[in-house]
Amino acid sequence: MTNTTAATARGPRAFPDLARLIALMTGAEKHAPAAHSTLDALWVLYDRVLRVTPETVDAPERDRFLLSKGHGPMAYYAVLAAHGFFDEELLPGFGAYDSPLGHHPDRMLVPGAEIGSGSLGHGLPLAVGTVLGLRAQGLTDPRVWVLIGDAELDEGSNHEAIAHAGPAGLEQLHTLVIDNASATHGWPGGIASRFASAGWAAVTVDGRDHEALHAAFTTPHPGRPLAVVARVEPKS
Amino acid sequence: MDTMRDRFISTASRLLDEEPRLAVVLADISADGFAPALRAHPDRVINVGIREQLLVGAGAGMALTGMRPIVHTFASFLVERPFEQVKLDFGHQGVGGILVSAGGSYDWPAGGFTHMSPGDVALLDTLDGWTVHVPGHPDEAEALLRESVAGDDRVYVRLSLQANREALPVSGSAGFAVVREGRRGTVIAVGPMLDDVLAATEGLDVTVLYATTVRPFDAAGVRRAAAAATTADVVIVEPYLAGTSTAAAGEALIDLPHRVLGLGVGRAELRRYGQMEEHLAAHGLDPRGLRQRIGGFLRP
Repeated sequence: MTNTTAATARGPRAFPDLARLIALMTGAEKHAPAAHSTLDALWVLYDRVLRVTPETVDAPERDRFLLSKGHGPMAYYAVLAAHGFFDEELLPGFGAYDSPLGHHPDRMLVPGAEIGSGSLGHGLPLAVGTVLGLRAQGLTDPRVWVLIGDAELDEGSNHEAIAHAGPAGLEQLHTLVIDNASATHGWPGGIASRFASAGWAAVTVDGRDHEALHAAFTTPHPGRPLAVVARVEPKS
Repeated sequence: MDTMRDRFISTASRLLDEEPRLAVVLADISADGFAPALRAHPDRVINVGIREQLLVGAGAGMALTGMRPIVHTFASFLVERPFEQVKLDFGHQGVGGILVSAGGSYDWPAGGFTHMSPGDVALLDTLDGWTVHVPGHPDEAEALLRESVAGDDRVYVRLSLQANREALPVSGSAGFAVVREGRRGTVIAVGPMLDDVLAATEGLDVTVLYATTVRPFDAAGVRRAAAAATTADVVIVEPYLAGTSTAAAGEALIDLPHRVLGLGVGRAELRRYGQMEEHLAAHGLDPRGLRQRIGGFLRP
């Protein structure tokens, strides 16, 4: 595994600073192992792929990132803070009564968060609708990304969305599956094949390798939605 | 006469021509009726197939981009089956949309309990911020739908095959209409229950209110009617689960000594097929059953 960080970082802070930002979020974080499984993929997305900034969070033509797997949002909050969506002074309040940063994110409270999540299996259907809504308004340039976990994929609502989005040819839709092998019954035959058989472009990649992630995120997929399965070390 | 569902399809199809922000999301139900609209507006009439979690989630996702979605299927598959999507994808995300159901409590009795949804309004009542329209006539359904499309809030429109003979002028902001005035008590008829309530209370000295928008509940109107009678005895007759609005009526009457009787669909599963009239009678919601229970409740 390689971490290419400072060389490619164009955000206001560099990748190594995320560890410090995460450390600011002390308290009873219940999903700590999951938090860090998303860290590298989130960093590469916000640093090099997503066309959204604190100034464009309400712009119709922005790219959207929907964190569906709301458990373990520390990496997400750290990346948002690193990119200036909100001040890092909010991080130590993580989980407190009057903090906007809960153990599951709330879009009505977190600057830059496109959805509130926590209950699994809601993000992908919302992302399908987001693409449909953009397309209906002639906004065919913005890309919509949704992050789900391999265990979250157990939820049947995802499969309703996957089965619809492929035949509907929702090219603007991108699903990032963070695979830390935590699904109770696993995914015999692989996760990517579930998407591919529904007509998606699908690639599997090392979820800690920033260059490989970037290459996967920018894979051309004309006429189809794209799924990127980012494999990280199994959840112990 | 067309049904409320027919009128919903024709009205929504016309509104798609007029309102660029409007979208209709379907899960196969009524897809035939919307086929011409789908051809005219392929990006704004979406049929996701038989996938009700996606139906609600996708509608809410469209709302996140600024669209005004109408989400439609049978009540049991719109409110009950994907209830958490209704709760989270609209309410928790803080977006608006219009849920339009067909089927009601027993529009298709021969279809059995799987296609009956007497609990839909009670379920929505656990959530904040939903306007609930229960039209009693296709004209009223059209008026309330048009009003809903112009707004930004969360709206449930409950369509049914049961309908009154004549439409009344309705609006979500107008409050309950006074249809008849009397002194022994107040009977609130919700949507399609009006004709049977009027028949049942013929000759009784009671005020009859007509409600097509039950949430928000017109507390001031109920309070006014009850205060004008000799006693604050109130009966509310609803085409869904009995007692769904008794708490709202009780709150409206909090500063008056009052009694409230909630009539509607019983909780017990009948396990009967047949016709709607037979189900109305079985739940005591035909004129005879209503007369008996309203008469027994009112004081001489």
